Order: sequence, then structure tokens, then C-alpha cells
Amino acid sequence: MSIRKNQQEYEKSRAYRFSRWLKGEKDPFVGVIEMKSQNPDEDPEQFYSQEDYEAIRRHARDYQNNQMIHRYNRVYVVGSIVACLALIVVLIYAISYLPAFGKADSVGTNEVATRYIENGLQETGAVNVVAGMIATYRAFDTFGETTVLFIATCSVMILLMVEREDKRRQLHLDDREFEPVQDEILQHVAKILCPFIFMFGIYIILNGHLSPGGGFSGGAIIGAGMILFSSAYDFPKIQRFFNEHIYVIVKVTALMLYGTIAVYFFYTGANGLESVFPLGTPGAILSGGIILPINIFVGTEVACTIYAFYALFRRGGL
Amino acid sequence: MSFVQNVPCFSILLAMFAAIITSAVRGKTARKICIGLTIIEGGMSAWLLSFLWKTGESYVYVMGHFPAPWGNELRAGMLEAGMAFFLCVIMVLSLWGGVHEIREDLEADKAQFYYIMADLLLASLLALVYTNDMFTAYVFVEINTIAACGLIMMKQSDLTLAAAVRYMIMSLMGSGLLLIGICLLYDMTGHLLMSNIKEQIISLATTETYHIPLLLTIGLISIGLAIKSALWPFHTWLPGAYGYSTVSSSAMLSSMVSKGYIFLLLKIIYRVIGADTFAGSHVINILFIFGIVGMVIGSLDAIRENNLKRMIAYSSVAQIGYIFMGIGIGTDAGVGAGMYHIFAHAASKALVFIAASGLIRASGGKSRIQDLAGAGFRNKLAGAGFVAGALSMIGIPGFAGFASKLMFAQASLVKAELAIPVFMALAVSTVLNAIYFMRVALLIYTPDDVPLVDAVAGAFRLRENQKHSVRNVQPEGVLSPEGITGMAGTNAVAGSTARADSLAYAAAILLFIALNLFLGICTQPVLQLIQRGLVIFG
Repeated sequence: MSIRKNQQEYEKSRAYRFSRWLKGEKDPFVGVIEMKSQNPDEDPEQFYSQEDYEAIRRHARDYQNNQMIHRYNRVYVVGSIVACLALIVVLIYAISYLPAFGKADSVGTNEVATRYIENGLQETGAVNVVAGMIATYRAFDTFGETTVLFIATCSVMILLMVEREDKRRQLHLDDREFEPVQDEILQHVAKILCPFIFMFGIYIILNGHLSPGGGFSGGAIIGAGMILFSSAYDFPKIQRFFNEHIYVIVKVTALMLYGTIAVYFFYTGANGLESVFPLGTPGAILSGGIILPINIFVGTEVACTIYAFYALFRRGGL
Repeated sequence: MSFVQNVPCFSILLAMFAAIITSAVRGKTARKICIGLTIIEGGMSAWLLSFLWKTGESYVYVMGHFPAPWGNELRAGMLEAGMAFFLCVIMVLSLWGGVHEIREDLEADKAQFYYIMADLLLASLLALVYTNDMFTAYVFVEINTIAACGLIMMKQSDLTLAAAVRYMIMSLMGSGLLLIGICLLYDMTGHLLMSNIKEQIISLATTETYHIPLLLTIGLISIGLAIKSALWPFHTWLPGAYGYSTVSSSAMLSSMVSKGYIFLLLKIIYRVIGADTFAGSHVINILFIFGIVGMVIGSLDAIRENNLKRMIAYSSVAQIGYIFMGIGIGTDAGVGAGMYHIFAHAASKALVFIAASGLIRASGGKSRIQDLAGAGFRNKLAGAGFVAGALSMIGIPGFAGFASKLMFAQASLVKAELAIPVFMALAVSTVLNAIYFMRVALLIYTPDDVPLVDAVAGAFRLRENQKHSVRNVQPEGVLSPEGITGMAGTNAVAGSTARADSLAYAAAILLFIALNLFLGICTQPVLQLIQRGLVIFG
């Protein structure tokens, strides 16, 4: 609005165009941009009936007027602070007896670390000693850690997954309706960045045995790229190439293949047989024995996990 | 190397594979895969046990192409194989016994997740049983924590969600203390492999260096694992977790999860810290005192409890107290008695939980004790199972509980200052056990149509009336007309499912009773297993 011109005249002026651009209503190059959040239905169909809410109120204990609980809470706060402080003091006191961190003659620099550093390259074929250590020397621990991710996703699914699409809509689980449908800036950025993010993630996974990185970090990058893509383009777009069905297939295939390699590796190792995975020339992309396939499977699993967490928290399903 | 020696590795990975496959299938298939593979794992463990019984030695299994301490390592002896076999048996029977509840409590769309959690629970417990590496143990403790949480919250009611949150907080506290303990151990010794840590600790103990950090480490690890296995002052998560979750979860949590952590603690005592160093520290006295106090207070709480499943849950606190008392005695005999009690308690507690679920179902889903009058007549098998389990928990000769109580008493005779508190605690705890278990056993065989004649039932009705205003939160089970009249299905398909379910339930109860009688009567082979196993355990 202007105080000197009337409304029609003002709408033709540059100042009005500038203010619209500033408010994010119309861009001179892109056209109308949707930067405002959608207005969700004023009267959403209530999933829980009124009686349900009353039942909850009836069954819940009356915390507001219960003196006992108030008093208990006060004691509890003081008690927990004292307990934490006591634990901290005891730990610091005990740690003051331990050797200083990073000393050359500390017990940590024993034959274990020495062999990892000195023989790691020829025994595992991996230039990246850390990858060689977690994927070859301590393959069982790493398989366990990957299973932690798997079981964490399953637990989140138990809590948050709503299986049927119609029920999801009825419960108003998808909170994307509070965001713009077509957020031009985000979409343009995502269109440019997503391919690079995916490529970078794949690079980190495939080069896990040659350079810093590996399955866990590369998978996290790919998962972040998928989160960016889905928040820019909404879920139906990403469901074209990554829906629940594909998620299950990808996840189960990756874990099964990983498990098979692990069983093979453990069995041959324990029984003194030769492993068919060649170590190759260190530094080449196809080297490092089982590290490369393990990195690929771990990366797949981590990417699936990260995206599944996001989607489950966001809309109760993939 | 004989092929049977691959069993530890194969059984752990088979359970993990079972979980992975299960995530791709639905309800009924998931159940079949889970139970089938668990039976196979049990068979394999029994095979390994018979092999080790003959050789009489433990062996080291290298996980991969690099020997420990560079790579990972498993170690199997008789005790480990026996424990693995026992865990598989308990898991199969618990899943059979809880089949009705699983069908009712779980959302049909999500039933496969239950079996994923069960499979991974077994995998992590097997790994804890066999591992010879502190860090591997920690990784599988993590898996175990999440799996147990999933099993609790699978029945998605407000009470189980609250119980799962409480369990998660307490259990993560325990994991955190364990992790700090492992870090301190690594800082002092520079190793993660159990045998290597022990060598270093023996040399540290002779040179008197790191006396205080070592003591703190022992304390942190013991307390961390005690929290996770619900020793008395840290047991607050237990009643909700066992009392409200679906019955298979209750049986598995009480019989497998807490026992797995105690087994890990025993392994750390024998293989990492050294039994002598542990007995020389004052932590052992704390465990002994907590155990004895827990035996009494857990039973008192159980007497006060009005909900049948919560009562049984509080009884677990008392029974865990027994095991820690055995560890606290500090001799091989004491630990052996504790080990025997692990078996005995697992067998009888799972039986009691499963029988209680049958009694509750026969009473229209009401779990308050005074509503159970006459339930033993309505579901005869569950009644018999409950009485057998109760007799075992009390310690009647011929049942499993008696054998272990006798062993505790014998083990305590080495020192007079231990014998008196142990005998007193055993006597008091036995009487308290009898009070709360026999009142239920009498009540379920009191005919329902004689109101208030029976003094026991009358006392409960009176107390309930007084308490009614306070306790308005009671878990209401699914009350269906079918539930009262039996499992008569409405159509042919449901009928055949119900028959299969009833068959599985009956098999679970009968096999559990047989297991209890076996542990109570044929004590010698099991005791020999434990004694020979403990010799080669360290």
C-alpha cells in the first residue's frame, strides 16, 4: 500500500513489483512462486472421538493436584543432581590415576595397534587402515553394528509406522501440508545439488578402502541427499523410485549379501581355508578383498536407515 | 578342526539371518521361520554340547582370517554351549506358550516385527554367551537392549509404552556404565580381548598399580550389568516391563535377557577381572548385600501386589537376588549355585508367566488376583502349570527351585559369617514366596460360585474394595465372549488356528513342567555340566 497513490495506480508501479518480489509472491524471472505454507483444512476429520479423549483424561493420574508427586519430584531432582555429581567426582578422581592421553609409552601402543599400522596394508589390501580394521580384522563387530541400524529401524517402524495409506491420511500424519507445495528455491537447489550429493556419497563408499570414508559415512551422505530430495519435491516423487516395497527388497538384499560374505569369511578363516576374494594391488579400485563389497552393502543399509527414519517421523511410512 | 566347532558362529549368524529374512515376510510365515530356525539353533547347540562333553575342553574360534587380539574371537566351553541350548529351548517354548496373546495383542500388520525382535534378541544373547571380546560384548548388549525394548512396546498400549521408556532409560544407564568400565579397562591394559586383559590385570594386581581405577572399573561393570538384570535397588523398570507386555515377551525377558546379562557378568568376573581379584574387591560384598535385601524386599512387594503378572514380575526381583547372592558368596560353589538358579529360575518363571496368561484368559482377561477364583478349573492345564511353577519357585523338593536353594545353602557353609545371613535370607524368602504363590494357587482352585466363603478370596475382595479408589489404572485385557468359553472359533479356519494354538500352548506348558522336574530330580548331570564348565570357564 502506498499513501500517495490509490490502489490501481500503485499496483502498476515498480515499488509494488519490488515489494511482491520481496514478499516472495512473484518473481520477475520465475513467475509466481509458492513460498507460503498451505492452509491445512480448518476442520480436519477427527480420528479420535470425543469419548476417547475423555477416557484418556479419566485414566490418566491427576498430576496437577497430587501433593505427593510434587514433593517426590522435588526430592527426585535434588537426588539425581547429587548422584550425577557424585559419579562425576568419582570418575574424575579415578581417571587422575590413569596415564596421560597420547603418551608414547602408554599401554595402548602395544602389538595390536602396531600390527594394524605396519601390516595392515599387505594383510587387508586397504590403503585406508581404518577401513581395513573395521571391515576385515574386526568384521564381526561391524556386522553387529550394521545390525544395530537394522533393528533401530525396525523399532521405529513398530512405533511410528502406519501401514495403510488411507489411515495415514485420516490421522493427518503427513506434516508436509504445513509447507509450500512448490518451493521453487528449494526445488532448484535440490535439482542442482542432489546428483552431486548422490555421486559424492557413492564415491565415498566405493573409495572407502582407498581414502577416508566408507560405508557408514557414504551411506549417511546418500541418505541426506534423499532427505533433501523428498523435502523439495514431496513424497510422491521419491516414491516413484523408493517406496516401501523397494526399501524392503534393497535392505534385505544388502543385509543378506553382507551376512553371506561374513559367514563365508568367518568359515574360511576359522577352518584355515583360502578366501576367494583377492586382495589386488593396493591403491586400485578393485582391491581390498571383502572391504569393497562390505562397504557397498553397509552404505546401502545406512542410506536406507537414514531416509527411513526421516520418512517415518515425517509421515508414518515410507 | 571338527565341523561341529563351527556351531557358535553359525548359530549366531543363523539367528541374524532369521531376523533379516523375517523383515521381508508377513505374520504367520515370520512365526514359522523364527520358531523353525530357533529349533535348528537349539539342535546345533545340543550337538556342540555333546561334543564338548566328550572333549572336556573349551576351544577358541577365530572369526575371520586374523587371530585375536587382532581379529574377533569366540570361545566355547560346556557352560556356554549348555546356556545356548537352554536359551533356544526357553525361547521356543515361550513363543509357543504366548501364541494366543501374540495374536490378540499385536497389530496384524506388525506381527513380523515381533519375530524380528525375538530373533535378534536370541542372536545377541548367543553372541554374549560365546564372545571372548569386550567390545563385541558391548555391541551385542546394544542390540539386546533395543530388541528387549521392542518386545516390551510391541503391545501398543499406554502402559507398555511407559514401561518401554522406563526400561530404555534404565537399560541405557546400565550400558553407559558398562561402556565406561570397558574404556577404563582398555586404558589400563591396552586390550579388548578378555584373556589378554586378564593377563595384564594380574600383573597390575601384583605391582599394585592402578588400584583405584581397577576398583572403580569392577564397580561400574558390576553395577551396569546389575541394572540391566534388575538387581534390587535398580529394579524399578521391571514390574511394568514384565507385567504389562505380551506374555511371550514377559517370559523371554525374565528368563533370557536378565540371565544373559548375569552370564556376561560371570564371564567378566572369571575371564577378565579374575575370580580372585573380584573376590578381593569390596564390590562383591555390595552385590551380596543387595542380593539378600532384594530377596526379601522383592517378595514383600510381590505380596503387596494385586495384579497377577506384576506379582510374578516382583518375584523375579527376589529370584535375581538369589543369583547375586550366589555370586556374592565368592566361591566356585556359590557361583555354581547361582548358575543352577539361572537355569531353575528361567524354567519356572517362564512357566509361571505362561500359565498365568492361560488363567487370566480363562477369567475373561481380568488380571487382578481376586478375579481368578476358580480359574484352575476353567483351564486345567494352566492351573497345573501354575502350581508346578509355584512349587518350583517356593522350593519344594522334586522341583527345580529346591535344588538350587540347597546348593546356595551348601555353598555358604564355607564361611560362618556368610552362612548365617544366607540361611536366614533363604528361610525368610522361602516363607514369603510361599505366601504369595500359594495364595494364588489356593485361589485358582477355589470354586467361583461360593462367594466369600473362602477366607483367602474374602480377604482379597475386602482389600480390593479399600484400594479401589486409589488404583483406578488397571490394564484391561481384551474381553471377548470366545475368551471365556474357550477358544471356539466362529468358522472353520479360525477353528483350526485355535486348535493349533491350543496345541502349542499345551506343548509349552507340558514341556516346561518336564523341564522343571528334570532340573529338580536329575540335578547331577546339570550340576556336573556347571562344575566342569566353570573349571574351564576362566
